[in-house]
Amino acid sequence: MSVLIYLLPMALGLGLTGLVGFMWTLRSGQYDDLDGAAVRVLSDDDLAKH
Amino acid sequence: MTALSSVHAPGDTLRELPAAVPNAIVPPLAPDLSLYLREEADGRRAMDFAVEGIDCAACIDEIEDAVEALPGIASARLNYTSHRLAVVWRSAADPAAVFAGLSRIGYKAYPFGTDKAEEIERNVSRHLLRCLAVAGFAAMNIMLLSVSVWSGNVTDIDPETRDLFHWLSALIALPACAYAGQPFFQSALRALRNRTLNMDVPITLGVMLALGVSVYETLHSAEHAYFDSAVMLLFFLLTGRYLDHAMRRKTRIEASNLAALKAETANRLDEAGGVTLVPAAAVRPGDRVLVRAGERVPVDGIVVSGRAAVDESLVTGETLPRDVVAGGTVHAGALIHDGVLQLRTTAAGEDTFLVEVERLLERAATARSGYVRLADRAARLYAPMVHTTALLSLVGWLAVGASLHQAVLIAVAVLIITCPCALALAVPAVQVVASGALMRAGVLLNAGDAFERLADIDTIVFDKTGTLTAPEPHLANADQLSPDLLAIAGRLAAGSTHPLARAVAAAVPGAAPYPEMREVAGAGVEAQLDGVTARLGSAEFCDCGALLTGIEAADASFVALCVGEQRALLMIRQTLRPDAAEVIGRLRAMGKSLVIVSGDRPVAVAPVAAALGIEEWQGAATPADKIATLERLKARGRRVLMVGDGINDAPSLAAAQVSMSPIAAADVTRAQADLVFLGEKLAPVAAAIAVSAKARRLMRENLIIAVIYNLFAVPLAIAGFVTPLVAAAAMSGSSVIVTLNALRARGAAKEAGS
Repeated sequence: MSVLIYLLPMALGLGLTGLVGFMWTLRSGQYDDLDGAAVRVLSDDDLAKH
Repeated sequence: MTALSSVHAPGDTLRELPAAVPNAIVPPLAPDLSLYLREEADGRRAMDFAVEGIDCAACIDEIEDAVEALPGIASARLNYTSHRLAVVWRSAADPAAVFAGLSRIGYKAYPFGTDKAEEIERNVSRHLLRCLAVAGFAAMNIMLLSVSVWSGNVTDIDPETRDLFHWLSALIALPACAYAGQPFFQSALRALRNRTLNMDVPITLGVMLALGVSVYETLHSAEHAYFDSAVMLLFFLLTGRYLDHAMRRKTRIEASNLAALKAETANRLDEAGGVTLVPAAAVRPGDRVLVRAGERVPVDGIVVSGRAAVDESLVTGETLPRDVVAGGTVHAGALIHDGVLQLRTTAAGEDTFLVEVERLLERAATARSGYVRLADRAARLYAPMVHTTALLSLVGWLAVGASLHQAVLIAVAVLIITCPCALALAVPAVQVVASGALMRAGVLLNAGDAFERLADIDTIVFDKTGTLTAPEPHLANADQLSPDLLAIAGRLAAGSTHPLARAVAAAVPGAAPYPEMREVAGAGVEAQLDGVTARLGSAEFCDCGALLTGIEAADASFVALCVGEQRALLMIRQTLRPDAAEVIGRLRAMGKSLVIVSGDRPVAVAPVAAALGIEEWQGAATPADKIATLERLKARGRRVLMVGDGINDAPSLAAAQVSMSPIAAADVTRAQADLVFLGEKLAPVAAAIAVSAKARRLMRENLIIAVIYNLFAVPLAIAGFVTPLVAAAAMSGSSVIVTLNALRARGAAKEAGS
């Protein structure tokens, strides 16, 4: 069962990464305009600008 | 002054007619929008706009590009969900340029100031989402450990590994529950302080006990721990709570957009005579306010100077304009037909009509608070039952000789298994799906429990003006005019902002104003067509006085037209909403009894009632009369839906079991309505009733599912068969079934719409 010594921290670490990622998306306001996000992906004005 | 139609003296008719002239006494308007500006963290100026007319994805680029092309703009970002545009300036802010830029590409924008309540809701919503994320993270990771323990228990896990897994679970569950459980703990504490029970009390107790017992079990190297149950419980409950909150927040955003779109701004006059455009809420009693032709009066006030014909259909339901002079009172929501008024804003209590409305409103609001939401009723019944069952199983097991340890474990299992997971999802999940269906049908929700109250109404009371009739007056005799004359009238009318002229212009789609037009103050508009003079305006101005004699129409106003030697009268009247007759028929087929109660004169109400085949109607009703009618219906055991738009309807909207108002309603009224419907048609009223009936059925079904689940699960728990594995399967199973059932509400609006 010594395999647990690195498997468990890895599993928990992955979960924690997901949580931190979610908190970041929340903080940066990515849930403020869900309908907009769905249609903005279709616009290609970012290509024209850069 | 009364109607053009009924008062034939030519001198009197003059003031009634199109005259949206830039008046000499009005200083040029330089709107000062500084009140709406806010400072970004980096010191740059920013402002929010509510934008009207966004209907497709392409609008996003179009609007953002147009605004960003303006000089001095650092960024423009449109929120497609809330239809708000956030503009940040590089240096000096120039909101006027943004308005101009947007109107060039065909969008109407309004200054928007975020209100406090919305900011709080946003924070609550974010907090719930964070709690949900923490609970979700904890539930997943503890489940990872729990599944290993469960499978290990039936195979060959050694006690040391199991203890390690339990300790790790505790390490995740305890802080996660402390954080994610906050919404429930706080609410339970509040309820207990008020000496009541709500659903959050058994939830809090269940979670706390489950955690406590699990820690105890872990300390004693036991086989079972309930960490996963406690966390999963919180996860499901938070999902329900977040859905409930998200729906309420969405309705609030819609409502405050409407408030901005309804241009709650006022032209405030300062001492020096300068004009500032301010939010109507910033106007204080005693402030002077300027209102011009075509504008709505933003505040209640007493006329200081000026003279105007005022359309108060939104206030009292009266369709014909009234003449006001210095010393008269006007109410917020009245529409100025012509002329310019300077008002002194009245303090609360100065205006008798509004005092009466306020008084009735307060009384009606307290009378209605008796309604208890379905979920709350369930909770009231449920919470004591859960506690009693848990306590009884504890005592029972002790009585038959079980050890205290065993008895407590079983009691906790009962608490966990009865914790209202499915119950907490049963109502919000249906509400979210059904409110989506309603929004597609053109109905916005103002109150979360409106579905439940709307579902069992049997009587509908309609206001006439602006509710059964279209909010804007229409040209009624277009078919009697030659197409050429009508086209000329339309082009002339397009150059005026007079409300009657707007009705004429609307009857001629695509009419462009003549390039060279002249407005004559208080009379009308004039243009030269190939050397022939064409005029639209008062009968006197157009030399049509002779045509007016002998015409009698109680509910119409007239605009005169002359082109060279040709003369014509255009009749403008309130017309029924285009689908009113059909919708009324459908409502009658649904078995609802229908009543009209209007503030307008009986002669104007009678033809509408006759056209719709409604036998029960009442005219010239004051706000108190309207309430009295509702009371009478209530006394007969009727459950009443009130549909109205005027300020005079506000008290009766609050008094009815449930209320609806069209989007064009007065602000006070819309605030009282449980539901608000959009557009020219009356169909959303029927759709709302159909959707809510279906939603209510689904809510009931969901509650029944939750009860059936308990019927099976509780005996198992009392018998002591509920291991953490069974608890997890039962909880998630019932929650999923309830959520899937709720999704069936999606189809309701489609059925109703066809």
